[in-house]
Amino acid sequence: MSGLFGHLDWTVTPFAAAIADPGTNTFVAAGAAGLVVLGAVALLGFLTWFRLWGPLWRDWLTSADHKKIGVMYCVIGIVMLARGVAEGAVMRAHQAMALNGGPLSAEHFAELFSTHGTIMILFVAAPLVIGLINIVVPLQIGARDMAFPVMNQVSLGLTAAGAALLMISLVIGRFETGGWSAYPPYTGRVFSPGEGPDYWIWSVVPAGIGSMLSGINFAVTIYKCRAPGMTYMRMPLFTWTALCAAIMLVYAMPPVTVSSLMLALDRYAGFHFFTNDLGGNMMNYANIFWMFGHPEVYILVLPAYGVWSEVSATFSAKTLYGYPSLVIATMAIAVIAFTVWLHHFFTMGQSASVNIAFGIATMIIAVPTGVKVYDWMATLWRGRIRMTVPMVYLTGFFILFVIGGLTGVILANPTIDYQVHNTLFLVAHFHNVLIPGVLFAMLAGIHYWFPKVFGFRLHETWGKRAAWLWIVGFCVTFLPLYALGLMGMPRRSSSFADPAFVPLQLVAGAGAVIILLALAATLVCYGVSIRQRGTLAVPFGDPWDGRTLEWAMPAPAPEWNFAVIPAVAARDAFWAEKTGGDPYVAPERYEDIELPRPTALGLVICVATTAAGFALTWHIWWLALSGLVGIGLAVMVRAFATQTTRVLPAAEVAVHHGRWLEAVHTARGITRDAEDSPANRGLAAPDTEVTP
Amino acid sequence: MTEIDRDRGRYLIGAGLSALLTILAFAAVALGLSRGVALGIIGVTAVAQVIVQLRCFLHIDFSRQKREDLQLILFSLLLLAIMAGGTLWILANLAQRMM
Ligand code: HEM
Ligand SMILES: [Cu+2]
Repeated sequence: MSGLFGHLDWTVTPFAAAIADPGTNTFVAAGAAGLVVLGAVALLGFLTWFRLWGPLWRDWLTSADHKKIGVMYCVIGIVMLARGVAEGAVMRAHQAMALNGGPLSAEHFAELFSTHGTIMILFVAAPLVIGLINIVVPLQIGARDMAFPVMNQVSLGLTAAGAALLMISLVIGRFETGGWSAYPPYTGRVFSPGEGPDYWIWSVVPAGIGSMLSGINFAVTIYKCRAPGMTYMRMPLFTWTALCAAIMLVYAMPPVTVSSLMLALDRYAGFHFFTNDLGGNMMNYANIFWMFGHPEVYILVLPAYGVWSEVSATFSAKTLYGYPSLVIATMAIAVIAFTVWLHHFFTMGQSASVNIAFGIATMIIAVPTGVKVYDWMATLWRGRIRMTVPMVYLTGFFILFVIGGLTGVILANPTIDYQVHNTLFLVAHFHNVLIPGVLFAMLAGIHYWFPKVFGFRLHETWGKRAAWLWIVGFCVTFLPLYALGLMGMPRRSSSFADPAFVPLQLVAGAGAVIILLALAATLVCYGVSIRQRGTLAVPFGDPWDGRTLEWAMPAPAPEWNFAVIPAVAARDAFWAEKTGGDPYVAPERYEDIELPRPTALGLVICVATTAAGFALTWHIWWLALSGLVGIGLAVMVRAFATQTTRVLPAAEVAVHHGRWLEAVHTARGITRDAEDSPANRGLAAPDTEVTP
Repeated sequence: MTEIDRDRGRYLIGAGLSALLTILAFAAVALGLSRGVALGIIGVTAVAQVIVQLRCFLHIDFSRQKREDLQLILFSLLLLAIMAGGTLWILANLAQRMM
């Protein structure tokens, strides 16, 4: 049966289905597939027309620069966000019409929530978080790059391979229909014989391994590559949260890799880990999966907390209030997050004593988060506040995230969970923490650090429009779901029979339109800013009167980050220099700088992994074998490379740095009120002092 | 004694101790001791061997500059205990209630 093309044939595309059986359902699928194909063709055309293949290859795909890698992670995140939001809106539109039916088939709806969930967690939130950590952490701790720049590239390649497979699944074949958690026995080969769960497995496994490698990389970088004087208790809070998230990645990703591979063995090799019969135990799948799943949400939200810490301190011009308590709270969350996983399957049938132990642990983890919220509010208190875009997001976060957190504490009661689990109440809860908590923080973080990477600010007005649309859109879409859940509407329903659900479903559907506008405004904001990059340029590098080391260098940050590695003497290192002395002085001498050479290893691994994953999904064994061998060969060949770094002569650094210093010295700074005006060239000259 | 000599010595001691502990574990089975005693010996020699390898091959000790490594190892142990212990607890409980 499986020859050259495995299980592939001409009937597997949604186009074929749309021709065979025309209707809304198949047209939506074919439309989505068409968009992917058109998008790919448009991208190829764009790159060819503007002759960008060379620069793309040289400056991005083969670069081992942590900032470039971080940006590529963020691009993946934003592209996948567009798809995920579109899917969310399609689901909302469907459910708004789903009284006794609805336009899409049950199968199609199930595919939608499965891809949406998988994408949003693993290919939107995670890449944005990992991307931001990549960009920011080395700059904050005074390092020139990650500890393992090439492994960083490999992590990116693996994540990109998973994302690519998800996009391919839109055009060729069908995705899995068992939700983002893919519980067997439903996803086993008896109940889901098709390619769907295999697509899920082969996009999750590489992404999981990639994230684990990122975790190792971040942890080693923060442990070993800090500038002299950067003691633990002087690290900026974003770096602290990155460290804790990194360690969590190392321990939380292996479980999902293992459970997915066990599922693969069940499906491909007839094992019985999770089957109904022959000694299988599907409950252990839920158990292992959530050993990853719960820590994962804290891996996502801790760096988000880090963003809020930086944003609240910078835009109120005050030292972060309660720094030690924030550090302790971060560490406490990182540990407790590993002790609560059972709250995702309270109803699986274990006894009340097991449930209550995990219920209590779940309630306890809300405490350190509460501490943090108070710390941020105290940071703002009597500060010199500017309502920039990140601050608008922070305000939305304060109000909405607290609601989401409180509903989480409610759900932590097993007795209550028995009533509302598997309803839209739960859907409202997790969107309520993930969107205001993680997504808002990532959008705020991108706005905040964008100038450091690209050398120009993002457009404030469009940014604010987007932020408000996200906040309002979130409220209108998701708050009604709490009520619908309490009324008893199950999650993942493709249709319902109770007309009482209709009004609130319509409200939620309208909210999804606002969210689509929010996404559009976000993209317009990036587009407008690129067009106006001249007026928005901040070459001096400190547009927000920043406090930490990343603001002490030009924007865009040079490839080598620091002309000389700084000596750190205080917690808010750059702020201390600005208030206590002159941060813009030339060092006595410059030294040669060693930088990683570009390499194609990450790209090769990405292509080979995508090929292997696709081939495994479709049982094309020769290609699967070639892909896996290719990965091994690429790593081996790389091991023989001797010239892995290049040297940047001190003289060149001196020229670059000197030119910048000279420009800074002849420039006039701006007051904090003028931060959003074209006068902002990235040199701060604050008007008032704020006592911390 | 140079640095290299000292390192080599430590590797040799590590190899010797590891071999000894492995032989002990096999001996416990080969000598036909009672099941409980044999399992006990195997368990103890296994843990001892992990410590020997950490100490002699990975150079983990209580000195200041090794403290981070030690912390990570202890954290690994904690998480292993949580994950393995939790799994046993949950699944045993479920199995019992399926009776
Ligand atoms: C931005 C607009 C969004 C919309 C309109 C939206 C909409 C939806 C809808 C309609 C569902 C299905 C609910 C059901 O099962 O009945 C869903 C599920 C889900 N969403 Fe979203 N969502 C959005 C954003 C996000 C974000 C940002 C995340 C995570 C970072 C996320 C994570 C999930 C997850 C994990 C599921 C569960 C999938 C499953 O059932 O397996 N969503 N979403
Ligand atoms: Cu959880």
